[in-house]
Parts: sequence; structure tokens; C-alpha cells
Amino acid sequence: MASIEVRKETCVGCGECVPACPFGAITMDDSLAVISDECTLCGACESSCSYGAIIIRTGETVETGIDQYSGILVLAEQRDGTIDHSTLELLGEARRLAEADDSSVSVVLLTEEAGDWPAELISYGADTVYLAEDAQLKHFRTEPFSKITEKLINEKKPAVVLAAATTTGRDLMPRIAKNLNTGLTADCTELSIDPESGGLLQTRPAFGGNILATIVCSDTRPQMATVRPRVMKAMDRDENRDGVIEKIELSSNDLVSRTEVLEFNSLDEGSVDITEAEVIVSGGRGMKSPENFALLQELANLLDGTIGASRAAIDAGWVSYPHQVGQTGKTVQPKIYIACGISGAVQHRVGMQSADIILAVNKDETAPIFEFCDVGFVGDLFEIIPLVIKEIKKRRK
Amino acid sequence: MRIVVAVKQVPDTAEVRIDEERGTLVREGVPSILNPFDEYALEEAMRWRDELGGTVTVMTMGPPQAEAVLREAVSMGADEAILLSDRAFAGADTWATSHTLAKAVEKMGDIDIVMTGKQAIDGDTAQTGPSIAASLDWPQITFVGFVRELNQESIVAERYVEGGCEVIRASLPVVITVLKDANTPRLPSLRGKMKSRKIEIPVWGREYLALPEHEVGLDGSPTRVVKITTPEIISNGEIHHGEPEKLAALLVDSLLGTEVH
Amino acid sequence: MNYYLSEELIDLKELCAKIAEKYILPVRAELDEENRFPREIIEVMAESDLNSIYIPEEYGGFAEMFGGGSMALTVATEELSKACAGVAVSYAANALGAMPILISGSEEQKKKYLPDLASGKKLAAFALTESEAGSDAGGVKTKAVKDGDTYILNGTKQWITNGGEAQVYTVIAQTDPSRGTRGLSAFIVEEGTPGFSYGKKEDKMGIRASSTMELIFEDCRVPAENLIAREGHGFLVAMKTLNKSRPGVAAQAVGIAQGALDEAAEYASERVQFGQRIDSFQGIQFMLADMATQVEAARALVYSTARMIDAGERKYDKESAMAKVFASDVAMKVTTDAVQILGGYGYMKEYPVEKMMRDAKITQIYEGTNQIQRSVIASALIKETAARGK
Ligand SMILES: Cc1cc2nc3c(=O)[nH]c(=O)nc-3n(C[C@H](O)[C@H](O)[C@H](O)COP(=O)(O)OP(=O)(O)OC[C@H]3O[C@@H](n4cnc5c(N)ncnc54)[C@H](O)[C@@H]3O)c2cc1C
Ligand SMILES: Cc1cc2nc3c(=O)[nH]c(=O)nc-3n(C[C@H](O)[C@H](O)[C@H](O)COP(=O)(O)OP(=O)(O)OC[C@H]3O[C@@H](n4cnc5c(N)ncnc54)[C@H](O)[C@@H]3O)c2cc1C
Ligand SMILES: Cc1cc2nc3c(=O)[nH]c(=O)nc-3n(C[C@H](O)[C@H](O)[C@H](O)COP(=O)(O)OP(=O)(O)OC[C@H]3O[C@@H](n4cnc5c(N)ncnc54)[C@H](O)[C@@H]3O)c2cc1C
Ligand code: SF4
Ligand code: SF4
Repeated sequence: MASIEVRKETCVGCGECVPACPFGAITMDDSLAVISDECTLCGACESSCSYGAIIIRTGETVETGIDQYSGILVLAEQRDGTIDHSTLELLGEARRLAEADDSSVSVVLLTEEAGDWPAELISYGADTVYLAEDAQLKHFRTEPFSKITEKLINEKKPAVVLAAATTTGRDLMPRIAKNLNTGLTADCTELSIDPESGGLLQTRPAFGGNILATIVCSDTRPQMATVRPRVMKAMDRDENRDGVIEKIELSSNDLVSRTEVLEFNSLDEGSVDITEAEVIVSGGRGMKSPENFALLQELANLLDGTIGASRAAIDAGWVSYPHQVGQTGKTVQPKIYIACGISGAVQHRVGMQSADIILAVNKDETAPIFEFCDVGFVGDLFEIIPLVIKEIKKRRK
Repeated sequence: MRIVVAVKQVPDTAEVRIDEERGTLVREGVPSILNPFDEYALEEAMRWRDELGGTVTVMTMGPPQAEAVLREAVSMGADEAILLSDRAFAGADTWATSHTLAKAVEKMGDIDIVMTGKQAIDGDTAQTGPSIAASLDWPQITFVGFVRELNQESIVAERYVEGGCEVIRASLPVVITVLKDANTPRLPSLRGKMKSRKIEIPVWGREYLALPEHEVGLDGSPTRVVKITTPEIISNGEIHHGEPEKLAALLVDSLLGTEVH
Repeated sequence: MNYYLSEELIDLKELCAKIAEKYILPVRAELDEENRFPREIIEVMAESDLNSIYIPEEYGGFAEMFGGGSMALTVATEELSKACAGVAVSYAANALGAMPILISGSEEQKKKYLPDLASGKKLAAFALTESEAGSDAGGVKTKAVKDGDTYILNGTKQWITNGGEAQVYTVIAQTDPSRGTRGLSAFIVEEGTPGFSYGKKEDKMGIRASSTMELIFEDCRVPAENLIAREGHGFLVAMKTLNKSRPGVAAQAVGIAQGALDEAAEYASERVQFGQRIDSFQGIQFMLADMATQVEAARALVYSTARMIDAGERKYDKESAMAKVFASDVAMKVTTDAVQILGGYGYMKEYPVEKMMRDAKITQIYEGTNQIQRSVIASALIKETAARGK
């Protein structure tokens, strides 16, 4: 059974480990770190001790020939015959990682009809495209997709498997990882190769974004991760890249599924609840007209966010009431709140002050919003916001 | 209909603050709560029980004090509760967690549906539900925003995905993970509270579930957390002046400093 | 102040706070504005078993678990009133309507009515007041004439809380006009009884979420078995009912006052004038300090009275009058001061304190005006003094 121990002789009582524990399980007792029953063996404290005084012991691990595994496999995601942009991002990231040990990047595409996409995937960084085409692969269904991918992984033995942290990736990957008896890290925002072990360091936000955890999967292969969309960069398309396309042989058993997709309904946007939004781009009287809110909408779309407004903008009829933030509107708690042309009256402030980060654009240097925002930009929003949109698009490229 | 709902005790991450000086998590005084997403799974289970008859059993894997969330679930209307607790379970990642939870479901026998929340607000992985399905070799429907139909043979549910909703039918037994859209969770009742104070909650350990040591807890977990840091905090009240181009670039920089890029 | 509430009472308080947060706060301004009865919220409360806390176990309630029910009702009403007194009174009026049956009803009447009231399947109301009979119950003109095994009711009750929403009404009527208050009797009248209809719904200053209505009886035949206690006992039943429910009104007042104090304290910590938070001005600090002290004193008196009732004390008319007078006067004062602390904003409907001020006023009026309560206290005092002199 796994256990944790503080080596009495080694511990100098520096206390560094105490705040490292996300579960508050470490206390200092007379210059010795003491670990309570609250400990979940999460492992975070081990590396925080510069003296190596904290040791987590695990039972014996059977090394299952992990050096037979190499290369990176990306699971492509498609809907209605189009590859999702996140797949290209993963390929870009995979290429970057592959450079570290000069390994190869492959991608698996399961679809009804691939069209030009295999070649396209090569242009975006794949060395090999594993392809299965079948009418029954038109819609994503967990069981066939996981069975086919598991078989492929067992055969090709990639060291790393990546998928996007979309509803598809987050449905499929846990099933595969569980069946292959290997680890999976969720929703990563950063990946790198540990120069010492050659293992994959997977960093992800947890605790509602309050912390970043770095996770490894040292004893089993492949090392699997889902990656948050829009974080990694796709590489520039290169038509001259070489690659191979390899067909996957399907057996009828591969396609058996206990679920069926009865219908797909597109959702109309706009019915978003601002209290649930992670990003809010908010406008006030400084927006001057309803038309100008299109600018904010565009920025919000880029950031997967939604539109908010001050009462002044609501009262003017520029935006509808459900978007009002403040005393008599909604109280919101997004990760990012961008206030454009809002002065920051106390009635507005009470509705948004618990946003993680408040950015404000206002041409009046003395506007109260600058007293409590995290980062303020003094200038004309009609100049700045269009440039922001341009800049984001440029950097995403 | 026998439904099992997996629930988790979590720190109320909305109350977690960051010690800006030391860049660490302040957990002092942060209450432990029932994972908010799990309330929706529980409500969904109880709604169908109320309609079709049957029982709702809640289970959690955690330390002895995790019993509190089971009692809370009973006060809201769950019929039975089971605590999976053993020192050997500590340090479990989602592989080991789902493995243990699945074993418990097998042990209960004749379960029609396992429901989980969309994700836990501490670990935030959303992996436990589909991994339970894999362990049991049951079909799964994740991110369920609405359950349209349920009977002894099958379930029809709406799965909310990027840009739309898939309507999926699955045969029973099945694992589903439930979104907040599915329902409005009921409040506890006094009757439920009374029951929750009295109910006996069995504790199942590793040996009872006949699980070998290397399949549970840290030993059974392929992943390990090696480091925890707090995201860089943008200093309060930086005010920038200057050319619009420069300001726009700085604004985009400050977006990149956050996790929503 | 720590009142060392039992575990059960703490659970109850938390449950009410949850209901308030989830269901009442988001709609209280709307209910007030629209004069709308909160049917959905009342249902949620029933599902959470709130209607059963003052009803004994043998009739489907939990009163014993809470050591009697008065303290439970006090705690629940206070917590709900913090958010909205209109919703809270709609809830508490059920207890008032059920009280005559609880106190003086026959075994059959209890078995027939209490379980449905405990589950919230039915709501109740208490009807004493008439146009000519306010403080003076002896002025009741509604007549009940015995005819075989029925009573025939004729007359109009006014300002009946939960009127039109309740299914079970306890009604005070004259069976012997020659005997004044000694000629009053109490009846149970069910909704739908032929000859029983509703008049107009009042448009009120405060507690606008609650329904206040006229009840009209025109040759309304009520089975004789619906007579509570005996003919001529109506006044006694009404007085016992009001004595027992008065701490409930006091609890409403404490809740309203606490709600206003919370708003004022929070606002004062945010509002900046002359470059500083207004709670740094001693003028504001002293007001807040007085408000807090008054609220705590009121609560202490109300809790003590409720605990005394639960402990089995039989005579508590003086204490229950004191609790009601004191708490309702505190509510009026504290809500007025809260508006003052919020300044012009306090006067605006966007902030909740003006509503609290309007809501507070009723607590000085209904279930016996504060003047009447003061006479009750004074006459008890005079009697005590006389007794000591002997
Ligand atoms: C009872 C009550 C309740 C209230 N409730 C709310 C509420 O819920 N929510 C709410 O928001 N308000 C509420 N208010 C109103 C609040 O007091 C303010 O009046 C309101 O928030 C002001 O909105 P604003 O910041 O958009 O407008 P203003 O205060 O007029 O500010 C406009 C800002 O835009 C800037 N600006 C103008 N042009 C540009 C440009 N081209 N580029 C950059 N900046 C520019 C200006 O410098 C100015 O700072 C309430 C008021 C009362 C009395
Ligand atoms: C900072 C941090 C990062 C982590 N990152 C990873 C990671 O990337 N990969 C990984 O495999 N593990 C990770 N873990 C471990 C993971 O948190 C635990 O395995 C945990 O037991 C389940 O994962 P979760 O909290 O993400 O729950 P989720 O999978 O998000 O939970 C989904 C649902 O499963 C059910 N459920 C979850 N846990 C339990 C339980 N203990 N008992 C009953 N029902 C439950 C609930 O219904 C819940 O709503 C991490 C832990 C920490 C502290
Ligand atoms: C919103 C609302 C809800 C109500 N709900 C109910 C209900 O559910 N059931 C029910 O039966 N009734 C209900 N009532 C009636 C309420 O109990 C009466 O309004 C109250 O008892 C006072 O009667 P009155 O209004 O006729 O005032 P009056 O008796 O006419 O009194 C007028 C004034 O004279 C004073 N006064 C009267 N007599 C004396 C005296 N002897 N000495 C000194 N001062 C005196 C009073 O204090 C008052 O200031 C409700 C009233 C309202 C406004
Ligand atoms: S960090 Fe290491 S040395 Fe310092 S107190 Fe903790 S265990 Fe001891
Ligand atoms: S292993 Fe994790 S929970 Fe245990 S003491 Fe270390 S940091 Fe805390």
C-alpha cells in the first residue's frame, strides 16, 4: 500500500511544504512537518521539499516494456466532413514535442469520407495518417471509436496520445485510457518533455483554475492527454511535407455499438446566461450606439465569451436586460471581464468585482474603474478594440 | 429501476483564495461540500425513481469524513448510501477511482444506471464517468443536458456538444454524466434530514471489494501530480497609456497571461 | 449571539436560508411589484416539510422533534422574513389558520385536517376581522345559525391573509349576538363550500406578495361537526390562537430588521463619500450599533417567549404581547434607519430597504395592534401588582 513519510532526520523544519499541499494536510510541529489524515497522497508536496525529506512510497510497479513505445498519436476530430481546428493545433504541438527526441507524429482519422483531409493533415505536421472510412463512422460514437483506436494503439505503440478536450475527446479518451490501463491527464494547457526522464510533463489547471498541476505518467504507456482547444498553435501549412496514409482494416465487430445517434440539432447561439460565462466583454455608455456592440460581440466570440453591459447601455436600449451587470442586473464571476466605456459606478462594480481579472478600456484616466481593475488601458475604445481583435487573430494564426 | 449516483466531497473552490505574497492556495476555512455538479445527477436519478419506482443509491470514495456528503444526498431524497473508504484508496487518480467505483457497482449487482456529475470542481477532469463505463464495459452518454426517455431497456438523452445537441439512444445498463441544464435540484426536506441523521452507512474497503493493492489508490494510479503552482497573478491596478497599437498588444498579452487564451 | 439552537433547529434554519437564497431573493422585488402570491415558493416549502414543523407527529408533523413547534416556527419565519416578509407571512399564516384546530379541535377534526396541512397539500387561513370588528372582536357581525346538523353562515370577513389561496379556513362567527364576545364560536370552513366566495384582493403598502382578501358567506352551510370546541368558545379560541401565534409576528419583525441591518451595513462598507467609506463616519457607526443592539434584544425576547411556550408554560399572553410590540417597533425603527443609511438610494425601489420599511409597518398592526398589546401588557402588570399587594 502506498504511504507518505517525512524523514525526521532530513526535515529541517523550513515549512516550505505546508503551503504546497492543496488539501491543508501538512502542519509544522516543533520544526518537523507532520502529515495528517487529510492527506490524499496527491504528491504535490514531494517536490516542494528542497531537502528530499518527504517521500511517497508506492507498491511495486511492473514496468511493462515502456521503451517499446515511441512517437505521438493525435486523434483527429471531424464533424460533417470537416476537421476541427483543434486537431491542427494538436498536430502543431505534437511536432514541437517530437523535435525533442526526434520521433514521429501520426494522426488517426475515423470518418465517413475523408476527401482531401489526409493530405491536409500531413501539410499540418503529420508523418502518418491512419485512416478508416465507413458510413457508420459518420457520427462520433464512443464504442466504435474507442475500439478502433485502442486496437491501433496496441499495434502502433505510440508513447503519447493526444486529443482535444472537447466533448468528443473528453468522452473518448477516458474510456480508452481505462481499457489500456494507462494514465490520462485532462484539459492540459501546457505540454513538455522532461529532459531527464524523457517523459511527458502535462500541465493543467484544476481547483476551478486556482492552481496549475503538473502531472506525469511514468510507468505506463501511452501517456495520454486531452488538450484545451485554442491553447496550442497550429503550424503553418506546408504542402511540401511528406507523409504516408495507412488504411485501417475494420472488422464488423469494430463497429458494434450499444448507442445510436438519433438526431443532431444545432443550437442557436445567444441564449447564453452571463452568470455562467467565463469571459464577458462588457460595454457602457461609452459604446455610443447599439451597432457598436457588434464590435464587442466579435471580440467575445473570439474569446468564447459573451456580452455584458452597464445599466446606462441597457437603459438606452442598446442591449437587452438579461445582459445587465450590477446591482439591479446580474452578479457575474467570469475569469475575465473586459469593461469597455464603462465608468465603474459602485452599482456596476458590485456585479462584477469578483471576476478573476478585470480589464478596462476607458478614455478618461480618472474613471473610477481604473481604481479597481487589474489592468487598465487609457484610450479610445474604438481605436483599441478593433486592434485587439486583429492582434488576437494574428497570434492565433 | 436501480440507479447509483457517484458523488464526491470537494473543497468549495469558489472559496479558495490565493495568498498573493506566497503564491499559494489558502484552504483555511474553506468548507467541504457536495460537488455541485453531482446535485444534478442526484436530482435526475430521483426524478426517474419517483416516476418509475426503484431506488437511488449514492456512493462516494473518500476519507471517513466524506460520509457527510452521503448524508446530505440522503437528506435530499436518496434511499441508500455506501461509503468506499480505506487508507489504501488514497492517492487515486481517475483510473483507480473509477476502477474502485465500478467494482462497488458490480458488488451491488443488478444496477441499471450509474449517474455522475459532469465533473468535480477540484480535480476538474470529467474523466471518472466514462472511465466507470469502461471498467464495467457498459455504454456511456456523457454531457447529458436532458433525459428524454427512460425505461427498463433503454434511455434516450440529449448530449450537449459544441454547437448543438446530439440525441442518443443507449441500451441499459448505462453510465451517464449529467450537466446543470438537466434539471433544478430539489432542496433537502426535513423528513430527509431526519432520515439522514439515522441512516446506517456501510463502509466498503479494499478487501471487501476483493481488489488487489496494485489496482487501488496511489499504487493503482498511472498518473501522478509532481508539482502544483498558482497561475501568475497580474498585479493589481496596472494602468497603461500610449498608442492604441501598443495598448491593444498589451491587452492581448494580459489575456494570454490567463488560462483563457 | 449564540442561542445554542438544537441541531434540528440549525438544520431548519439552514434549509430556510437555502430556500430564501434560491427561490425568494431572485423574485422578491417582482412579487412586491406585481402584488403576486408566491405559489411556487409555497410549494417548495411544503416539499421541504416546512408546514409540518408545528404539527405533532401523530398528525404527520415534526413538532416533537423541535421540542414543541413555537421555536421552530419562530426560527423559520425569521429566516424567511429576512429575505421577504410577504412570502414569510404567506407561510406563517398557515400556522395561524391551523392553530384553532391544534389548540381546541376535536380528535376527529385534527385527524381530518392536520395531515394535509402538515404536508402542505392544503393551506390554511384564520378569519376574525370584519369591517366593524378590528381591535374589538366583539364587533363581529358574521352570524352562524344552527339548523339541524348544520350551521348557516352569513357575513363578510375582511383582510384575511391567504384568502383565496387557502383551502381550510378557521372562521369566528356569532352564534349568540346577545352575549357579545361570549356569543362567538369558531368554525372550520372548506374552500368550495356552497355559499362561500371570495371578495376583492387588497392592494397593500407592504407584504405585497401575500394575499389579503375578503371572505363572503351567503347562506353558507357548514356541518355542525366543524364547530371548534363549543358554542360560545370562539373568543377564547381566537385569543389563545393569537397569543400563541404572536411570537411568529415578532419573528417576522426580527427577520425584516435583520435583513435591513445587513443591507445597511454592507452598503455602508462600500459607499464612499468625502473620500472614505461612509461606515468610517461615527454618525453612521452609531446608527449601525444601535440597530444591531435593538435587533439582538428583540430576538432574545422573541426566542425566550417561544422557548417558554415550548416548555409548556400555560400563561404567556403578556410575554407574547411584549415580544410582538418590541420586535415590531424595532423593525420599524431599524428599517427606517436603514433607508437613511442608504440615502437617496435607499429611497429607490432598486434597493430592497424601502420595501423592508413598508413591510415592517404591518407588524405593528396585525394580530392585535401595538396599542392593544400594550394594554394587554399593562393589564397583566396591574393584575400582578394587585396580586402582590394581597
Ligand atoms: C438604484 C440604482 C441601481 C443601479 N443599478 C445598476 C446596475 O445594476 N448596473 C449598472 O451598470 N448600473 C447601475 N446603476 C447605474 C450606475 O449608477 C451608473 O449610472 C451606470 O453604471 C453608468 O453606466 P456607464 O458606466 O456605462 O456610463 P457612464 O458612467 O456614463 O460612463 C461612460 C464611460 O465611458 C467612457 N467613454 C466614453 N467614450 C469612450 C470611448 N470612445 N472610449 C473609451 N471610453 C469611453 C467615459 O469616459 C465614461 O467613463 C444603478 C443606479 C441606481 C441609482
Ligand atoms: C490538482 C489535481 C489534478 C488532477 N489531475 C488529474 C488528471 O489529470 N488525471 C487523473 O487521472 N487524475 C487527476 N487527478 C486526480 C483526480 O482528481 C481524482 O482521481 C479524483 O478522484 C477524480 O477525478 P476528478 O476530481 O477530476 O473528478 P471528475 O472525473 O471530474 O468527476 C466526475 C464525476 O465523477 C464522480 N466522482 C468523482 N470522484 C468521485 C469519488 N471519489 N467518489 C464518487 N464519485 C466520484 C462524481 O459524480 C463527479 O461529478 C488530479 C487531482 C488533483 C488534486
Ligand atoms: C395586511 C393585513 C393582513 C391581515 N390579516 C388578517 C388575518 O389573516 N385574519 C384576521 O382576522 N385579520 C387580519 N387582519 C386584520 C388585523 O388583525 C386588524 O387590522 C387589526 O387587528 C386592527 O384592526 P383595525 O385595522 O380594524 O384597526 P382599529 O381597531 O380600527 O384600530 C385603529 C387604531 O385605533 C387603535 N385602537 C383601537 N382600539 C384601541 C384601544 N382600546 N386603545 C388604544 N388604541 C386603540 C388601534 O391601535 C389603531 O391604531 C389583517 C390586516 C392587514 C392590514
Ligand atoms: S519542506 Fe521538507 S524540510 Fe521543509 S518542513 Fe517540509 S518536509 Fe521539512
Ligand atoms: S501528498 Fe498531497 S495531500 Fe498529502 S500531504 Fe502531500 S500535498 Fe498534501
